[in-house]
Amino acid sequence: MAQGTLYNKVWDAHSVARLSTGQTQLFIGLHLIHEVTSPQAFDMLREAGQTVAYPARTFATMDHIVPTTTRERPFADAQAEKMMQAIERNTRDFRVNFFDFSTGRQGVVHIIGPELGLTQPGMTIACGDSHTSTHGAFGTLAFGIGTSQVRDVLATQCLAMDSMKVRRIEVNGALKPGVTPKDVILAIINRLGVKGGIGYAYEYAGDVFDHMSMEGRMTVCNMSIEGGARAGYVNPDETTFAYLKGREHSPAGAAWDKAVGIWRSFASDKDAVYDDVVRFKAEDIAPMVTWGVTPAQSVAVGQNLPDPAATEDAGERGSLETAFKYMKFTPGQSLDSVKVDVAFIGSCTNGRIEDLRAAATVAKGRKVHPSVKAFVVPGSMQVKVQAEKEGLHEVFKAAGFEWREAGCSMCLAMNPDQLVGDQVSASSSNRNFIGRQGSSTGRTLLMSPAMVVAAAVAGHVSDVRTLA
Amino acid sequence: MPKTPTITGRAVPVRGDDIDTDRIIPARYLKEITFSKMGDYPFFDERFNSDGSKKAHAFNEERFQGARILFGNVNFGCGSSREHAPQALARWGHPAQPGIKAIVAESFAEIFGGNCMMLGIPAVSADKADVLALQNVAEKAPATEFSLDLESMTLKGGGLTVAVHLPDSRRKALLEGTWDSTGLLKANEEKTRALAGRLAYMDGYK
Repeated sequence: MAQGTLYNKVWDAHSVARLSTGQTQLFIGLHLIHEVTSPQAFDMLREAGQTVAYPARTFATMDHIVPTTTRERPFADAQAEKMMQAIERNTRDFRVNFFDFSTGRQGVVHIIGPELGLTQPGMTIACGDSHTSTHGAFGTLAFGIGTSQVRDVLATQCLAMDSMKVRRIEVNGALKPGVTPKDVILAIINRLGVKGGIGYAYEYAGDVFDHMSMEGRMTVCNMSIEGGARAGYVNPDETTFAYLKGREHSPAGAAWDKAVGIWRSFASDKDAVYDDVVRFKAEDIAPMVTWGVTPAQSVAVGQNLPDPAATEDAGERGSLETAFKYMKFTPGQSLDSVKVDVAFIGSCTNGRIEDLRAAATVAKGRKVHPSVKAFVVPGSMQVKVQAEKEGLHEVFKAAGFEWREAGCSMCLAMNPDQLVGDQVSASSSNRNFIGRQGSSTGRTLLMSPAMVVAAAVAGHVSDVRTLA
Repeated sequence: MPKTPTITGRAVPVRGDDIDTDRIIPARYLKEITFSKMGDYPFFDERFNSDGSKKAHAFNEERFQGARILFGNVNFGCGSSREHAPQALARWGHPAQPGIKAIVAESFAEIFGGNCMMLGIPAVSADKADVLALQNVAEKAPATEFSLDLESMTLKGGGLTVAVHLPDSRRKALLEGTWDSTGLLKANEEKTRALAGRLAYMDGYK
């Protein structure tokens, strides 16, 4: 059993009681909600005549269903409009903080939490969204929950939880040029598998994470859940504190100094005990591209696709065969010849300002291939403002990308941004599941924002390091 | 809360590793603000072509209608945290007598397993060979009645008796009928307030 890790310290600091079932009653420091998984929870409260126990600890925004081409109300999609009205009504009735368009702070829930300084080291954070693991980048214990659990947090600010194991994932050495945090997490998932993390919180450590920016750490922690780990975190350090300093909800003055001291104390002890340790060499990691229907089905760019016949486990072989059939690819083929129809940059994985800067660096002076529909969706209204201040939108537009409004967009296609038929998308998002991007035959290739631009320019999968 | 010691019924096999919650319920059905119609949608895009014609899927087969137990494989329910997925399975079938009451699989994604728990649906794991044997029995003899017993942690049916696994806390909650946790958590309001008072961020690190 893990001891002395950040996970242990945060867990212990938030343990209210041991329940009769043996589960722990865990206090939730920050509860984030969005329009899709919360309306039923509020209805459950109404039915039971309950109130929100700690309304100041819940923050709402809307991201999944909002169109990215217009902010005009009512939305053209009547269901989306109804969902918007529900969150407006619920946040008003239950007096919950709400970042709507008028605040200038709306955005993808996992982007705005950190950006506003709400996400702070040592906290427990829950949200009715599996990518809540993103917030672990700050040294928090952050995980996704279902709607009935959203109700529990609203009603009690607590959850009934079973404890987790902790796996330390060390990546040491230096990443090669052109290799990004997205490639690091795709490589980790490729090796450990999509179920490897079940039961674990992942602690990311080693040279690569020590030198990684907060935004890069968020990209990595975001996709912990794609490796089966409900939570993933990086220990808080000077990079964390520098990011948080001066943010809207960050402590200031004397409170800042006190906070930093407390935050530092949550980091894993030098002699912490882990349930498992896995090591990677940074120089082994190349830009990654997924080719299948799980985020583990990936190759280093330029590598040929695997042969299912070489896989011993019948279940895994079945998964590979399903993937080949759905993606219409052939074992042993190269991805270089795969034509891309749509290029999408955005999402809670890669919709932050650093992602847009990296993408713009590649897009500058280049043109999107005429057969590709390419668009950039900033992760939040504030990211959009910042990008425009830096002129990134002009770079994208000049290259032939559409420049959109903030939202989840085509990551999960609960809005007008969707694939059509069996189109292939080069996507900076997190899931390449069957039907994920809005068409039941659509095909998703996950990659870093820079690699998405390279694919958009070439019209096919292309190594950003050798782009002409 | 009703106690859940045994669940009896016919079974439907849903084969394949890593069946994600997008496959269990496509995101477009999450635009409804209640769960009431979720029973119409489980595995929708795996069951129907875009023109409405049926695809081959166990949930479409007459012989599996009315099944109460689902037999899945590895990492069942991975991906999105959407509770709509277990809601869709639980509400599948005739409104008067809906849905899946228990799931047996080689392993479960954690958030999905937790969501099942919140609905009082035991999501129990079993060894690979046992799950494959169960799937085969359900396939070949779909009228077979299976019985999941949480006291003895066994699943019986079609001449098989297999051991199933569930974290003790979940087993206890299902047996005691305390799986809907709000009441348990609310009972500790005083302790919650006391703990909140010890957390420095609750008053802005003053």
